[in-house]
Amino acid sequence: MKDFFNALADPSRFFLIFTVAVLAMLRWREFFTAPKVALTIFAGAVIFFVWALKDPGFKANISKPDNIPIIFMLFLVGYFSWLSLYRAVKNDRRIDRGELPEEAVESPKKVLVWPDLVYSEFICMLIGTAILVIWAILLKAPLEEPANPNKTPNPSKAPWYFLGLQEMLVYFDPWLAGVILPGLIVNGLMAIPYVDTNPKGNGYYTFKERPFAITSFFFGFVVLWVSMIILMTFLRGPNQAFFGPFEQWNLHKVEPTVNIQFSQIFWQQWLGTSRPINWLMREMPGILLVLGYLAVTPIVLAKTVCKKMVTQMGNPRFLTMMIMFLIMVAMPIKMVLRWTCNLQFIVNIQELALNI
Amino acid sequence: MADTPEVPKPAGAIPPPIVAAPAAASVAPASAAPVAKPAAAPLKPRPKVQMVWEPKELHRRDWMLVGAWSLFAVASLLSTIFYIVRFLFPNVTYEPPLQFKAGLPTEYAPGRVDERYKAAFGTWIVRDDRGLYALSTTCTHLGCTPNWLEGEQKFKCPCHGSGFRKSGINFEGPAPRPLERYRVGLADDGQMIVDKSVKFQEEKGEWLNPEAFLYV
Repeated sequence: MKDFFNALADPSRFFLIFTVAVLAMLRWREFFTAPKVALTIFAGAVIFFVWALKDPGFKANISKPDNIPIIFMLFLVGYFSWLSLYRAVKNDRRIDRGELPEEAVESPKKVLVWPDLVYSEFICMLIGTAILVIWAILLKAPLEEPANPNKTPNPSKAPWYFLGLQEMLVYFDPWLAGVILPGLIVNGLMAIPYVDTNPKGNGYYTFKERPFAITSFFFGFVVLWVSMIILMTFLRGPNQAFFGPFEQWNLHKVEPTVNIQFSQIFWQQWLGTSRPINWLMREMPGILLVLGYLAVTPIVLAKTVCKKMVTQMGNPRFLTMMIMFLIMVAMPIKMVLRWTCNLQFIVNIQELALNI
Repeated sequence: MADTPEVPKPAGAIPPPIVAAPAAASVAPASAAPVAKPAAAPLKPRPKVQMVWEPKELHRRDWMLVGAWSLFAVASLLSTIFYIVRFLFPNVTYEPPLQFKAGLPTEYAPGRVDERYKAAFGTWIVRDDRGLYALSTTCTHLGCTPNWLEGEQKFKCPCHGSGFRKSGINFEGPAPRPLERYRVGLADDGQMIVDKSVKFQEEKGEWLNPEAFLYV
């Protein structure tokens, strides 16, 4: 049983299962959000945790003061995903019958701020403070010895909320994973109100009216952010090697991997020649691949699958959205390529310290 | 503005100097407000808003104000520049000397990675069949300090999992280039000298430089 879970935790399998689970939850949302089914899943998760806590290694990893907020977060993410989909399913049924969404009936024009909202916010603040105080008393802060540049903790992990970024750094150069991509995430989130001017779904839950938007959100947040936090916290051990949840954290886990560059695959494996000496020639296939991915895909999509979307959004909005979307999708593509083919870089210009 | 002198001036405004203003306008602004209030209360004409900036003639007193502010601005600017420059030259630096003597080459066993200078100088000294070289302990990905794993015969970085061979060549994980090598040489007393001020990068072909390798 434990071996089975360890085998599932192999990164590509873990990622595949997680993605399929989220997409299945969205596709068969009417089934999964039924309270009985949701409660069964929740009970299953709790039973799994209780059973798994008998394993000393799992328990040690779970009960680290650093990792406790992540357990909370997992259950909270599950609960709120369920809540939003549950209400979306309800509203979609009402809209199908020609009724107004629930939220529109409860308060037709506006949400009451004073005293309703302010009071509940105040109560939430008090409860939150109380929880934090109790938490701080019960669990000591996970402080470590003074920093020493010669002794990096092994494994070295960022604070839990940055683990998605750290996971990204494993697959991309620092300038890309540390500067450009986080900047794109922040700017992309800021651009949403300007790119997405569709008023449907404002103020009420729905899925049917916004399937693409909600699916991209779930993919970007739950799959790319939350699952990366899980991966980095529970499945990466010493030397950033992957370990199953019930596997001993062995310092000497041997991983016989040797990176390969896309230029090597293209010239040596596909064409059977040696790589050109000129770096521009050598990296041309990779450069063309990246440019083609970012420049040609939106055009092809606009002419074929997304015709309706282009007429609704207009060209500039569609292009902005599509390029952001493609960069988001590039993340898992690169990760899976590293896990399965040991591909290190698609464009690898050491001469200019530029790698993609 | 100049033609409505009865209107109380907002606190801090400089009174127009040319017009022969009544007494209320020329007293200090703090006391002007309560004095002028009863007179202006019944009428309350809206003050004209000055849309275009017109240069005013500056009085002697205004010149003092301008001078004081300029002095303040110049002093702040100069002290800011001074402390920024001063910040670049700290009183104490914890950088170890860039050159150090690493003992006799015969002290190092062939095929071993020696970690005795890792903590003090950030250098691994490796001896292979032909000679010695000094590797930097800074990972080329984001600058963590990798660990030497004797069993696996590789350097492994704990931050993002970059792996380097004994030679310093990167072969796994995200590190984009090999570890850097330092200049090595022999001192007069036969000891090995490591000079960290000169670095050799493999991807630039610098490892072929005779100073990057000490033949024994």
